Parts: sequence; structure tokens; C-alpha cells
Amino acid sequence: MTTLIDAPPTDADGLLPAAKKSSGGGLGQYILVRFLLIFPTIFILVTMVFFLMRITGDPITAAMGGRLPADQLQERIQAAGYDRPILVQYFEYLGQLATGNFGRTLTDNRAVSEMLTTYGSATLELSINALLVALVVGIPLGMVAAHRRDKAPDAVLRVFAILCYATPVFFAGMLLKLTFSVWLGWLPVAGRARTSSELALTSLEAPTGIYWLDALRSGNMAALGDVMAHAVLPAVALGLLTAGIFLRLVRTNVIGTLGRDYIEAGRSRGVSEYRLVTKHAYKPALIPIITVMGLQIAVMLGGAVLTEKTFEWKGLGFQLANYLTARDFVAVQGIVVLLAIIVAMTNFIVDIIAALIDPRVRY
Amino acid sequence: MSIPAVPVPMESPRAPWYRRLPVVSHFNKSVGLQRGMLVAGLVLTGLFVLTALFAPLLAPYGFSQLSDADGNFPTQQAPGGKHLLGTTVGGYDVLSRVIWGAQTAIMVIVVAVSMSIVVGVVLGLVSGYLGGWLDRILVVIADAVYAFPSLLVAIVMAIVISGGQSSLIGGIFAAGTAITLVFIPQYFRVIRAETVRLKAEPFVESAKVVGASNIRIMTRHIYRNATRTLPLIFTLNASEAILTLAGLGFLGFGIEPSSAAEWGFDLNKALADTTSGIWWTGLFPGLAIVLTVVGLTLVGESINDLNDPRLRGRKSTGSSSPAPVDNAAIATEVRAS
Repeated sequence: MTTLIDAPPTDADGLLPAAKKSSGGGLGQYILVRFLLIFPTIFILVTMVFFLMRITGDPITAAMGGRLPADQLQERIQAAGYDRPILVQYFEYLGQLATGNFGRTLTDNRAVSEMLTTYGSATLELSINALLVALVVGIPLGMVAAHRRDKAPDAVLRVFAILCYATPVFFAGMLLKLTFSVWLGWLPVAGRARTSSELALTSLEAPTGIYWLDALRSGNMAALGDVMAHAVLPAVALGLLTAGIFLRLVRTNVIGTLGRDYIEAGRSRGVSEYRLVTKHAYKPALIPIITVMGLQIAVMLGGAVLTEKTFEWKGLGFQLANYLTARDFVAVQGIVVLLAIIVAMTNFIVDIIAALIDPRVRY
Repeated sequence: MSIPAVPVPMESPRAPWYRRLPVVSHFNKSVGLQRGMLVAGLVLTGLFVLTALFAPLLAPYGFSQLSDADGNFPTQQAPGGKHLLGTTVGGYDVLSRVIWGAQTAIMVIVVAVSMSIVVGVVLGLVSGYLGGWLDRILVVIADAVYAFPSLLVAIVMAIVISGGQSSLIGGIFAAGTAITLVFIPQYFRVIRAETVRLKAEPFVESAKVVGASNIRIMTRHIYRNATRTLPLIFTLNASEAILTLAGLGFLGFGIEPSSAAEWGFDLNKALADTTSGIWWTGLFPGLAIVLTVVGLTLVGESINDLNDPRLRGRKSTGSSSPAPVDNAAIATEVRAS
């Protein structure tokens, strides 16, 4: 999780490495260099994860140790090639990854890549929903806090932001579940959809795996309502975690831009306070917000693991927790590597967006 | 607004040593709402520390106690009577486990933060001062780890160290070390950035001219100057350590209930209770986490604001503010890449 330190208000203009003056080299070159930088990042993480997981021993002993007799265990270790030198295994693994082959899980013997695509869409859906909640809650409240700086609303909102950060997602999820599902009975307790709608949606032709999208495409309104009802609580639990951080970011950066001369100039020309905050001050404050959003993706994926476990949302995080309990480290390694790739890619995309908005970032 | 037009004087070099301690000097600088936040944070943090220290006296029962002179504890009993906060499905006393949990949490914080400070500061100093290829490699590795979801890093480390669950001491070190790996890049980045800046200062050059060795320059001249902001990162990381520990425990990678009480683990067990409307097994450990993290965050945030004159008071900053550069650098270093 990212720390909660406020960016200094002037960040809005003195942004990051912008100070380095570009010596030629346009946007194209920047994108290319930035794209090439993804590979060392992924490579380092894959290498670290591989060697760290192997320090403990081979995956087969971890998963089956104690459940199989010693000779059968040896047989399986040999068949899988885990008795060869670790460097040989490492390079073989790298080669397999390059061709998209993540190996097979030990506990339920399915292709890891197939497992990743099946459950990845559920995690994607949860992340999109949560991001929507975070933006809808965080940005307007941040503007309010900036506008009413040091007044009562600001104090209340700052406490709210700290509470959002301090509440573990699984505790927030548990409270939401207790209140809205168990006591009030308004929303379902767990899962992604009722069995009937799940069946209808997965039997579609070429399903995306994102249930509300599939429901919309097939025009199945009953399923759509059902999916929405299931999605509310997990999205709120995970969204609030990030909403607090967005709120603070918007607040500090809008405060920074609100003090500028052009705001005063706009005010003297009769621009309404509402417009000053939501348009004039907000837009330049967007760049640091977008940059930090890239880091929030990592926070969100970490939070998704816990949220999915809380709500039995059958995505990557839910599977990760299961495979961890079963000590199936091949599957765990696959999930962790996939998440590493996603994080590296999103950081790349975010950097490109920042460069498109503000030419000074390109260096 | 009663804020003076002149910037609040910094603590003078002649102030007695106890007034120059990190939190005390910040308290003296604070006013109004900010002082309220700092005080609230200090009270919550103090409560947490006291609970942890006096857990054996405060807790009515042991953390793994299942029975007393009157026989076995009832299971899933609602709060009241002999068990003020009720009992869990396994028959543990919720209040006792919440109190003992503070002790586990504080031990993990101490282990995690002290290890990561030592490693991070040493690496940061060496990397920043010596530069070259070592510096480049360390920066790339630190950035890669830093960008990754910290919970996943901690999970991988927990597997490596203990293969999952373990005893009290083993579990605390496993969780502590797992969290350490998450924090090292943060200390590393901050200390390295400061070291690179300080390296160019005249006093380092003077020391070189006088003939001081590299090690002496690093350990005396740069170290002293580069570590001023550590109290701030310490409080922020302490709260993060609690959240990570709870996350690990919630996923089942914690300390076994018979060897220690751990809030995240209790929440994991309480998850199944919620559907039947049993709220007390989850609510109280969860509240303990929230209050502790809020307390530590309030302290850390107040220190951050008070270190930065631009955030300290609304009108107290003039056009010239020489100090804030450091803090701006720290804040950006810590959270943006």
C-alpha cells in the first residue's frame, strides 16, 4: 500500500523529472524508451519470485509432501524435472514464459494460463467497479475539501480519508456485509451472481467474462440486475480504500492551484466559485493525480486479493488465497508473475498519458 | 486567525535536548486543528503501546485459554457477563485476544521497521555515495519491488521464511521480515536521494581534503544529515506494517492462534460468522486495527505537515521558504516514481 503523504502543493507545476530539459527526442522516442524499460522491471520481478520460491524447496514436496510415499514423491519430482540444477530450471522457465506457457497447477492439474484468463476477467471487473467508486467518491469530495480548506467540511473529509486508509478492506467488507446483507437483507452476501444467471452468462457465445458486459450484450436484464446487486458491496469496500487517497490528492493539488494568480484573475472577471474549482483549478491539478493513479493500480490489485477472499468473488485473488492454502506454488508463481506484468504495463500507460497531457514530462 | 505573520521560530540550537526530540518539537510548533490532530494521534498511539506493554495485566484470560476453574468457555457467546466482548467459534475470549493482539502487532512493527531502517539506510548511503553501476542496479531493483503490490511481496516472503504458519517468535520474525522487504525500497530511495544531494555539499569536500576516509564521511557527515526525516517515515511505516500483518493473517499466513493472538487471523476466522449475524468476533479486532492505524497515521501526517512550512499554517509562509525543499523531495520520493 502506498503511504499517505500529501504531495507538496506546488507539485502541480514543478512536476517530477520535468526539470531535465529534453535534448531533442520527441514523444515517439520517449514512448519507445519507456516501453523498453518495462522488460527489465518484469525480468527482475520474475527472477526474484522464481528464486525466492525455490529457496524453500521444490513445489511438489511443498504441495504433496506427507500425502505421498517417498518413492512416488521422488518419481513425480523427477518427471517434472525439479531435480535438475536450479539454473537450468530457471532458464527453462524463462523460455516457457516467453511463449506464454506458465506450466500446470499441481493441485487441480490445469494449465496456469487458462486459469489466469478464466479468473482474470473477474478481477478486472472488480477493479473497474472499484475504480469507478473511488473516482466518483474521491474527486468531488476532494474539491469540496480544497474549497472549504481548514473549515469544518475539510476537517470531516480529512478524517474520512484517514479512516478509508486505516480500515483494512476485509474489515470494511465484513461491516458492509453485516449491515446490508445480513441485517437489512438488501444485497446478496457473497459471490458474483446467482447460479442461474451465472449459467446463462457463461454459456454465451464468446463471453468476455465481465458479467455486466456479457449481460448487456445478450440483453439479459434479469441477469444484469442480479450481477449489479452482487457487485455493489465488493466495489464499495475496495473503492473506498482508494477513494481516500484520491480525495487527499485532489485536495492538496487543487489547493496548490487555487492560490495562483490566474485564479484570482478569473475571480475578478466574475467567474463563479464553482467553475473556478471544478474547471480552472482542477485541470492543472490532474497531472500529479494521474501519475499517482498508476501506483494505485498496484494498491488496488493487492486490495483485490483481500476483497475477493472476503466476498468469495471468484477471481485471481480468491484463487491465490486457495492455492496458497494448498501450497500450490506453481499456480501462485503464475498469478504473481501475471500481476507483475499488469503493474508494469499500467505504469507504462500512465506515464504515456502524463506525457501526452504535459509535454514537459517527456525527457 | 491568530497565526503570527512571522514564521514560527524553529527550535533554537540552545533549547534543552528534550524539546528538540522529534515529536516534542513538532508539538511545540503546532497550532489549532493541527495540534488537535497530533494530540489525538498521540493519545491513540499511546493507548496502543500501553495495551501492548501491560497486556498480561489487562487481559482477563490468556490468548489461547479455552477454559477456567468453572469449566470450558462457551462458544460464540454474545458479549456480556464473564466475557465482556463475547467468545469466538473456537471458544476463545474476544477481549483477551484483542488485548494480546496489540503485543503481537508491536513486536512485528519493531522487528520490521528496525530491520528495514538498518538495511535501507546502509544500502541508500552506499549506493548514493559510491554511485556507479552498483547504484544503477540497486535503483532498478528497488523500483521494481516498490511498484509491486506490497501484500504480494509479503506473501512471497512469508512462504520463503516459514512456508506459512509458525510459532510465536518464528511467526513474528517471518511476518517482520516479509514486511521488511516491502519497506527497504522506501528507506533506500529517501536516503539515497539525500545522500546524492549532500555529496555535493562543501562540507563533504572539506572532509575529503582533510583526509577523512569514505567510511567516515558516510557514517558521520552524511549519515547525520540524511536521516533527519526518518521519524516521519517510521510512523507511516508502522501503520503500514500493521495493515500488512493483518492482511497476511487474513489470508491465513499468520501466527497460529495457540502461539499468539493476531488481529488479522481472528478476522479471517470471523468471516464465516458474519453470515449468521455474529458480529462481535470480527468487529473488535477490526476496530483495534483501525484505531491503531488511525493513531499512527495522525501522528505521521502531523509531523509531515509541520515539517513543511507551506502546509503548516495558512498564512504563515512568506515568499521565502528555504527549508521545504527537503520535504518536498521526501514526499515525492516516497510516493511517486
